[in-house]
Amino acid sequence: MPPKKILNAKQISTIISRLSFQLIEDHNDFNQTALIAIQPRGVLFAKRILKMLNKKSIDVDLGILDITFFRDDFRRNQRSLKANRTDLNFSIENKTIVLIDDVLYTGRSIRAALDALQSYGRPSSVQLLNLIDRRFSRELPIQPDYCGIQVDSRMNQKVIVKWFENDNEDSVYLIRHND
Amino acid sequence: MTNNLSINHLLGIKYLNQKDINQIFETTDHFKEVINRKIKKVPSLRDVTIANLFFENSTRTKISFELAQKRLSADVINFSSSASSVSKGETLIDTVNNILSMKVDMVVLRHPSPGASVFLSKNVNSCIINAGDGTHEHPTQALLDAYSLKEKIGSLKNKNILIVGDILHSRVAMSNIYAYQKLGANVKVCGPKSLIPKYIESFDVKVETNFLKGLKWCNAVNMLRIQSERMSDSYFPSTRDYVQQFGLNKNKLDSINKEIIIMHPGPINRGVEITSEVADCDQAIILDQVENGVAIRMSIMYLLASKM
Repeated sequence: MPPKKILNAKQISTIISRLSFQLIEDHNDFNQTALIAIQPRGVLFAKRILKMLNKKSIDVDLGILDITFFRDDFRRNQRSLKANRTDLNFSIENKTIVLIDDVLYTGRSIRAALDALQSYGRPSSVQLLNLIDRRFSRELPIQPDYCGIQVDSRMNQKVIVKWFENDNEDSVYLIRHND
Repeated sequence: MTNNLSINHLLGIKYLNQKDINQIFETTDHFKEVINRKIKKVPSLRDVTIANLFFENSTRTKISFELAQKRLSADVINFSSSASSVSKGETLIDTVNNILSMKVDMVVLRHPSPGASVFLSKNVNSCIINAGDGTHEHPTQALLDAYSLKEKIGSLKNKNILIVGDILHSRVAMSNIYAYQKLGANVKVCGPKSLIPKYIESFDVKVETNFLKGLKWCNAVNMLRIQSERMSDSYFPSTRDYVQQFGLNKNKLDSINKEIIIMHPGPINRGVEITSEVADCDQAIILDQVENGVAIRMSIMYLLASKM
């Protein structure tokens, strides 16, 4: 199966501005809100959201959270072990936290992120924002609060999000797993 | 990227390659961030049981390992030989196999006999971490020394490091030499001739008998303790004599007109190998070494556990 492009640059940019406006509607001036991007792939997406919010003269903290040490598949498969940088230099105590990641699939990364977040304090609430929701494939009761698009995909497929900063294009592809 | 430590046990720095050391250091950076959080604990090793078997006294290493294990959420059992069946004549393999039959996954071993951990790794079915075996190696200490030094002065490539004191009886010296050399540093040792092993030059390590000359040459000096507990003979005329020749004090430090990093693996004998004034000065990174010890050990156990 050839890779199928499911989003192009223009569609991604439309989604980012729509998601930003949804955030603005819910969070007013953002003085009790902080954004937290999940390493590694939520970071570039979150920076785009932040840029859009900044354009609307909204200033909000963006933290970066690594979940490697909180994963539930450590010692259970050959997946990546390599930790990434965490950069959370503000207090999350009593704030509304918007967790940002590119693709929501089984929900296990988000569970790990919720655990990791606890090490930094007790937020008043936590919301989830995703670019892609691979619906009907959840293994845990986790749903996004803000979602770019929903995608129906099979187990042997994979969603690849490319960002201009790394790959010279903004696009989202659906590929077969070992392509 | 998947885990790629080339080893299944940490028996000595001798068995590590440079890539392993760099991977351990990189993971240590992340664990250092973890132990500075409000909640200093991650759940990575919650299904791993670790036995700390200490057949020899230890304060720092034991506490540091135990803390590292708890911060990784591992289950820990502690054993010290004074309160065990070893005094009833049990062999090392039997003691360890008995503990392992209670489903222990990893063993941290400190033992007075050189090679004890290598021996154990060949005879029991468990991941072994050497926490010091006699006068042989003390790999976690060397890794934390090199990590702490790297934190201060950057890459160790082509840096000069002087190790001073009882090289003959020191496992720290052996492991340090391997670690610094693998990271590209030049190593010299310094001390009374009677405390420098004859084979040392075969490790590509030069001997410096003039302490001041050595200090002028180096970027960092690692001061070792005189291990009187391992000495059956007298190796130098008197402690007073030793202090005058090889003790590090403010005067000697001032006379070289150069800022060098001062390290000590502990325990310090204040006034013997190093004066209080020097041990507590800004150039000394002795307490940084202790802090980094926890993160280094977390990193090693985490990386080894992923291979079990």
